[in-house]
Amino acid sequence: MAASNYGKYESDGSRLGGLLEWVDARFPLTSMWKEHLSEYYAPKNFNFWYFFGSLALLVLVLQIVTGIFLTMHYKPDTTLNSAGVPVAFAAVEYIMRDVPWGWLIRYIHSTGASAFFVVVYLHMFRGLLYGSHRKPRELIWIFGVLIYLCLMAEAFLGYLLPWGQMSLWGAQVIVNLFSAIPLIGNDLTIWIRGDYVVGDSTLNRFFALHVVAVPLVLIGLIVAHILALHEVGSNNPDGVEIKKKKDERGIPLDGIPFHPYYTVKDVVGVVVFLFVFSIIVFFAPEGAGYFLEYNNFIPADPLKTPPHIAPVWYFTPYYSILRANTVNFFWVDAKLWGVIFMGIGVLIFFFLPWLDRSPVKSIRYRGPLYKIALAIFVVSFFILGYLGILPPTDGRTLVAQICTVLYFLFFLLMPVYTSLDKCKPEPDRVT
Amino acid sequence: MRTIKGIICAVLLGPLAAIASGPELHLDKAPDKAKDNAALQHGAKIFINYCLNCHSASYMRYNRLKDIGLSEAQIKDNLLFTAEKVGEAMKASMRQAESKAWFGASPPDLTIIARSRASEFGSGADWLYTYLRQFYRDETRPTGWNNVVFENVGMPHALWELQGSRPFKTEEVRAKHEKESAKVVGYEKVTILFDESGRRSEKVEPLAGLDHHAGKKLEFGPTQGGTLSQAEYDAMIADLVGFLVYMGEPAAEWRKQLGVYVLIALGILAVLAYALKREYWKDVH
Repeated sequence: MAASNYGKYESDGSRLGGLLEWVDARFPLTSMWKEHLSEYYAPKNFNFWYFFGSLALLVLVLQIVTGIFLTMHYKPDTTLNSAGVPVAFAAVEYIMRDVPWGWLIRYIHSTGASAFFVVVYLHMFRGLLYGSHRKPRELIWIFGVLIYLCLMAEAFLGYLLPWGQMSLWGAQVIVNLFSAIPLIGNDLTIWIRGDYVVGDSTLNRFFALHVVAVPLVLIGLIVAHILALHEVGSNNPDGVEIKKKKDERGIPLDGIPFHPYYTVKDVVGVVVFLFVFSIIVFFAPEGAGYFLEYNNFIPADPLKTPPHIAPVWYFTPYYSILRANTVNFFWVDAKLWGVIFMGIGVLIFFFLPWLDRSPVKSIRYRGPLYKIALAIFVVSFFILGYLGILPPTDGRTLVAQICTVLYFLFFLLMPVYTSLDKCKPEPDRVT
Repeated sequence: MRTIKGIICAVLLGPLAAIASGPELHLDKAPDKAKDNAALQHGAKIFINYCLNCHSASYMRYNRLKDIGLSEAQIKDNLLFTAEKVGEAMKASMRQAESKAWFGASPPDLTIIARSRASEFGSGADWLYTYLRQFYRDETRPTGWNNVVFENVGMPHALWELQGSRPFKTEEVRAKHEKESAKVVGYEKVTILFDESGRRSEKVEPLAGLDHHAGKKLEFGPTQGGTLSQAEYDAMIADLVGFLVYMGEPAAEWRKQLGVYVLIALGILAVLAYALKREYWKDVH
């Protein structure tokens, strides 16, 4: 046990000291505090990109707290009420109007969903910049990708709950993707929905998964992510290991205790984040139709298909990859290829630590090949995201196909270009 | 890093401008009435008198109208026709099943119609403001009415006594293509006229030469038979749309006021937090 590395607290004779000694004899409070905060040594050169981990944690807490209050008033029920509106849809409007502060709680939750993806995408990009996925942090990265997968599931499940037109038809489109799987596809979709259409049983199970199952897994994975991080220590913008140079007490020369240095620094990040977050919550909660889609203010109607179904912005890159597959290839249907490529598009992140063969971690010391590859990847990701919002045309599909190929080449060619790249020598210590 | 940023900007913005396009919908800009309680009250009156018979606003309670400066007594005495208690929701007097039989579809709930009608062409308010002012007579439709913004709409022009009717003309210049190729071989002008009683007439004229642009022009004639002038009617619709926007999110004005205070507080907190960080980080070298 790591806890045994630290001594137990001994009381200074005060009443509070006595209490802490009593607790410490029965629970590793002091040692946990020291191991994860006051004596967790983080590199002193964290920059802007290192705010997003703590911000992701903040958004998680916001989502859980607002989510708890939303469940107190929300009803997952598709039955029509006396005014002819589905109960679930009316429940959201009830929260927006009749529940005290309900509008604020709901807007924090709906904006929080988008904020979560913004923060997590930036957090992942930080990894690509500074090589945070590289040895010895492969497991941190894998836990992180699992968190990302859970987050996607959580967002998808939660989007059904307001029971608007986009909720219903978005879920319909995504669940139907499973029908592309040979042999079991159709039965699988019925099993997922609990019905032949997205209906009341689908809404109820999505609610259960959204508020209980997935959050539990998510929290477990986040704990594992942080434990693994604190086991090996944080990477930094120079990509050098601070544990290699220690002073006589065994403390890394370039490390500073997480608390108080990074707690006070992260508070600045939190306040700035909340400032931007509040601008959206209070002045543009619909996010110009990207955070709350206009069509979702129409109650779900299984008989009326909207002319254009677009997922929320954070899924659009993968939606584009799905739609870019238009050719039946090797006797396999284009739709199945779409599903396969979309799946691989997400899962391929798992292999990043082993695809990357560069002798250095940080972009500061990498050669031009990686920089160009990363730039092309980011641009392709943005273009795919943008195209996913729009209805497809021949021209757009072609652009999406090109970007899909570029997206995958970033990963598949990585062993080649990272080996060939002309890297600069890494410094001994952080700069 | 700088090179990456440069490449991202250049490549991102270039192709995107070229691929963004779609069908056009021209909407008039609706005046903003959010802070004008007199206009909102007028809009509420119009809504309750003209819309609430067929459409519900079932997420909205009558006593919420206190937001726009009405007292509970005023609401009870002047606006409570379909409900008994002031805390009840605004429900239509017409039954769902009957309305479906009469119009082919139940009239939609209007509480949040101003939010759902927003699109890339304009806000929901703009859509409603244009829609409610652009009905025209069309004898081919079961209700005798059609609409420019919402083609073949099921709803008759409920406010026609106020607006009256007017002739409506569309002039469309169309390109004629050679068969099996996209080559333009000429242009023609198609004029469709609906007179004030809804009789449709169509005229197709070939245009000489190739120096034309395909496009559509809409034109309304002078209104006849309404109790309001066109300007008075537009002003009334502006108030009604203002009310629909308010009803779409009654907390919207309070939300924005509160937002200012929240941002001021966070601004102060940011300064303090930064000062604290600087103080602690003095000894990190």
